[in-house]
Amino acid sequence: MSWQAHLVLVVGAVLTTLFVLRLVRRRELRGKYSLLWLGAVGGFLVLAIVPGLLNWVADRLGVGYAPAILFCLAFVFLLLVVVHLSWELTRLEDRTRRLAEDLALLQSELDDESV
Amino acid sequence: MHKTLVVIPAYNEEESLPGVLKELHEQVPGFDVLVVSDGSDDATADVARAGSARVLELPYNLGVGAALRVAFRYAAAGGYERVVQVDADGQHDPLVLEMLLAPIDDGADLVIGSRFAAGGAVTYEVSATRRRGMALLRRLVRMLTGQRFTDTTSGFRAFSQPIVTFFATSYPSEYMGDTVEALVEACNAGFTVTEVGVNMRGRGGGAPTTRGFRLFYYYVRLVVVLVASAGRTPRRQG
Repeated sequence: MSWQAHLVLVVGAVLTTLFVLRLVRRRELRGKYSLLWLGAVGGFLVLAIVPGLLNWVADRLGVGYAPAILFCLAFVFLLLVVVHLSWELTRLEDRTRRLAEDLALLQSELDDESV
Repeated sequence: MHKTLVVIPAYNEEESLPGVLKELHEQVPGFDVLVVSDGSDDATADVARAGSARVLELPYNLGVGAALRVAFRYAAAGGYERVVQVDADGQHDPLVLEMLLAPIDDGADLVIGSRFAAGGAVTYEVSATRRRGMALLRRLVRMLTGQRFTDTTSGFRAFSQPIVTFFATSYPSEYMGDTVEALVEACNAGFTVTEVGVNMRGRGGGAPTTRGFRLFYYYVRLVVVLVASAGRTPRRQG
């Protein structure tokens, strides 16, 4: 990789980190999600700073085209994030449904009392 | 006599709760008691009602911070002048409640019952991870607030009316945020925070909530949130 490419990667990683921290500071991102993205950026940064690392891993795994590992990792990571988000979404849907049920039952109790 | 509310966040504490409520009734009969059942699967809410406490039942488990949040809203709406948080597992001795509340009457906004300050004591074992984590948090909180606290994760605390109103809308609800983050936030918002040494007993029942790797993860997460929020000055209402 050229030094320009390195620079772009490092600057991108730093900006992403600052952006994530800013969201946490403004209470727009919960701590548990921030760790996920900070971890991903950290991994990316390591690969960017240690240029031989990716080639070394590719060598050990017998992968001919080193960047393919990067794409593969990114794909798996994003896939896991999406699965996790659908899991969270399911949980949230269950919870809002339960809230609505509770509210309806409470309302009917109130109606009974006011009669 | 100040209007005082004792708040007990409880998650599946049907075994230890009756003893705690009984002690409270004997030691501080003038205080109102509010149990927040945090999505308990057992008879926590029924036991609390039987012990003539007020009960708020959360529909599912949301964590101590969320339980406190709703308790603060309740206290703010009820016009309570002092709120004190007590654990449901019997770790906190009602005998020292007045000691914890005394600084509130002298103008403090948040009083932390410390196991490690002068006069405080622990009569139970603390795991190595937890001990190291607590030491790290002590240093971090000192850096962020410029104030020295010996027990940043204590759940035995007293609150003044202004800080209850403040926390009713802004209390941190993530695990451990409810203690350390709240402490830092109170300092940042210009509230007076002090510490009182108190003796804590072993748990009446149940195991510590987390340990090992999970606990480590929570510490890392908390440090990230604290560092990210450093110097942030939340808007103080009223």
